[in-house]
Amino acid sequence: MTAETLATGVGQRVRHRLGRLDLSLPVLVATAIFLALLIGLPVAWLIVYALTNRSGAVTFSNFSTLASDPAFTEPLVTTLILCFSVATAAAVVASPIAWLVSRTDLPGRRTIRALMTASFVTPPFLGAIAWEILAAPNSGILNQMWRGLTGSPDPLFDIYTLPGLIFVIACYTSPYVFVLVANALDRIPADLEDAAGILGASRWRTTITVTIPLVVPAILAGALIAFLQAMTLFGSPAILALPAGFHTVTTKIFSLFQYPPKPQLAAAAALPLLVITVMLLVTQARLLGRRGYTVIGGKAGEPRRLALGRLRIPALILVLCVLSLPLTLPYAALLKASVSSFPGAPLAAEFLTWRHVNFVFIEFSQTRTAFWNTLVLALGTATLGTMLALAISYLTARRAIAGSRFLEFLATAPVAIPGIVLGVGLFLSYTRPPLALYGTLWILLLAFLTIELPVAFQQLRSSFHAVHPELEEASRILGAGRLTTLARITAPLLKSGVVAAWCFIFIGVVRELSAAIMLFTANTKVLSVVIYDLNESGDLGAIAVLGTTMLLITFAVVGFANWISGVGSGVRLRGG
Amino acid sequence: MRLRDILTTGFAALFALAGTALAQPAPTSITPDLIAAAKKEGKVVYYTAVDVKVAEQIAKAFEEKYPGIKVQVERSGAERVFQRIGQEYSSKIYNVDTVNSSDAAHFVHWKREGWLAPVVPEDVAKHYAPAYKDPDGMHAAWRITLAPIAYNTKLVTAAEAPKSYADLLDPKWSGKIVKAHPGYSGTILTQTFQVSRDIGWGYFEKLAGQRVMQVQSATDPPNKVVSGERPIMSDGTEYNVLLLKQTGAPIEVVYPAEGTPLVVGPSAVMKNAPNPNAARLFHIWSFTVEAQQKMVDIGALRSAHPGVKEPAGRKPLSEIKLMKDDPAEVDKQSEELKARYTRNFKT
Repeated sequence: MTAETLATGVGQRVRHRLGRLDLSLPVLVATAIFLALLIGLPVAWLIVYALTNRSGAVTFSNFSTLASDPAFTEPLVTTLILCFSVATAAAVVASPIAWLVSRTDLPGRRTIRALMTASFVTPPFLGAIAWEILAAPNSGILNQMWRGLTGSPDPLFDIYTLPGLIFVIACYTSPYVFVLVANALDRIPADLEDAAGILGASRWRTTITVTIPLVVPAILAGALIAFLQAMTLFGSPAILALPAGFHTVTTKIFSLFQYPPKPQLAAAAALPLLVITVMLLVTQARLLGRRGYTVIGGKAGEPRRLALGRLRIPALILVLCVLSLPLTLPYAALLKASVSSFPGAPLAAEFLTWRHVNFVFIEFSQTRTAFWNTLVLALGTATLGTMLALAISYLTARRAIAGSRFLEFLATAPVAIPGIVLGVGLFLSYTRPPLALYGTLWILLLAFLTIELPVAFQQLRSSFHAVHPELEEASRILGAGRLTTLARITAPLLKSGVVAAWCFIFIGVVRELSAAIMLFTANTKVLSVVIYDLNESGDLGAIAVLGTTMLLITFAVVGFANWISGVGSGVRLRGG
Repeated sequence: MRLRDILTTGFAALFALAGTALAQPAPTSITPDLIAAAKKEGKVVYYTAVDVKVAEQIAKAFEEKYPGIKVQVERSGAERVFQRIGQEYSSKIYNVDTVNSSDAAHFVHWKREGWLAPVVPEDVAKHYAPAYKDPDGMHAAWRITLAPIAYNTKLVTAAEAPKSYADLLDPKWSGKIVKAHPGYSGTILTQTFQVSRDIGWGYFEKLAGQRVMQVQSATDPPNKVVSGERPIMSDGTEYNVLLLKQTGAPIEVVYPAEGTPLVVGPSAVMKNAPNPNAARLFHIWSFTVEAQQKMVDIGALRSAHPGVKEPAGRKPLSEIKLMKDDPAEVDKQSEELKARYTRNFKT
């Protein structure tokens, strides 16, 4: 998502006449002001709260309280271990799969790509709940099978541990690495590999010395996203770490809002996450900025696929095994839970029931509200977000006006704000006049818009780079204004990018929990929050039914968006 | 006791008496006018800490009795409900009409804040013992929950099963106990208070060394016992144990020898209720024999209404050794209890 932000190299080719009425300046100014407020306000309030005490006097005591309290420093250390492990695991597992799919003759390549997308759609908190059913030390289905097979009294795998948490988070962050690396591999031109071949290198040697080094930046970018995800997720640690008796920073921040709420401490606890993220992004920019990787992006020839030979089938089996971890096993577990009369009931006719289905769709009064709110927010955010990202990426990709760099920074900045931190910031900003938005869907819309903007922006900006400015220039020469040109020429050419951005936002909103958990009220509950609530009282059956329905709706909407826009072959996931 | 304390206590008692005499509002019954006004509002928002499936069934019974009035159930842990109402009220958001909590201390707090409306359901005025109702008519005990011990009957025999809190500290139960959290559940906060008062905080310090599995809601430990995830629960709700047992799940309740924590769960109508008539109707109805019997039959809860019959096969309250509840003291100690708990149990 960030690799390309930093690798921009488009020169100022387009010179514009300013004679005629041009709306782009007011659009730019309005967008910039909106973005600055959207992002600046919550961050400003966070800083204000972190630096004041309850009576409003300036103080550093919030930080010293936290720094001297092991109840806060321990979660911070745990979080750092978690992030590094998840980033490493995701990169180590997902990169080889990306290579197999993109550069070899692995059977079923397209299907595997689609399945990876499906694991991206799965909300991490739902995956965590499913893995509880699978690998809780005693009742976990896998552990029971293990005991049955070996007679061992010890579990094979205890999910309520730090390694368990690392595993589950890595399951649902590896698609990011996969997508970035696979897309990068797709774009490596064959000429470079051919050159190596002509100089006498074998196919394998070429792969190791030429192909892989070329995608290192993509692997790093993917690992970085995995790191940030692991740091900012709230649901998975709340589900898996609390039963084991440890906190991460996000669950700790959430607990600081328990009565009596301590927003000052929560704000102070949120700032380290912000600082770490900014530092990581800067480091990455430095690291990549020094070397030239310009080859990625050009597309000179069809990439050559390596024949795996006898390794084809073992490779396929390996990939399918890996895919069963985020997909097959958890979904099977959820399906079982949705028809079992009590948790852990054996799969026998006498213990099968429609009770949970009945409960969710007939008795449970929150089902309708939650589905409705989620759908309204996801559709609204996806549409508004795509429009906003489109405007920003046009203004920045074409470098139409001075000041566009600032806009670019603003649109990428939310990457540095973890969901729960943004939630705290928005709560502090919008529970007071003039914009008392807390209690309405608007505050959630603002949260989701902020969180999803960077991804949509990156997606659309890379699409803009692919459309040659000459086409636009032709339109302008023939007398069309900039906005007309945008609507008639650029937009149609960008269609697949636009649909992808829209779907990204839609999926992102449906699976968002960490900001929503800070901002919902009774009438503005969303599905993720309802599922989280049900998990706290252990209502697995209801969760399984709600969760699978939620996934079906997401797939249906994404499929429909692709079908109606004629993009067809499914959204190509691009980290941008 | 120093003189000042004696005087304070004396005055407090005097004021309480005067309060009862002067302020006890007249009982309200369900009138056609109230029903008509409630139907006009069409909806009642019910914040509750009772198990969500039980709450929805009570809601359904009400909707069937008074068609045209929807009940919106907002279920969370009592401490979370308390936090939510506080957070919403401080932003002047008045969503909640009527509230039920398993932490009676919350009603002490809300009454002090002036957030409750005085409504005395007819049944409460006529039948409820003074211990189960507020002298000023602000709230009354809608349900009584017990927080006993339970075990998985497939994994533990009745002979082996712990009989008391002291038994739970036996090293053989290390890694085999699940418990709920007082920062989330009012039942567990009340239980923590009563157990620490009667047998000392040392019990919790030692229990923390037993590698317990920590869940949030008091309704969850019975699930974990039934699934076999942990064979024993050191605390949790009696009614969820009984409900699971009815479905054929392998679980049995143990009323600890030291006494079983008694959790009174009052209900009240909010002063700023957005649907005041529907709120009153729901509140008054929920204390009738009909509703209370339903709660006992389908929810396996206990009722303070003397007209309710205990279903056959359920151990009557009178035969169980109970701990004493003391909401005013819980209100005072709540923060300290949660902080101590976090220090010992790390979450």
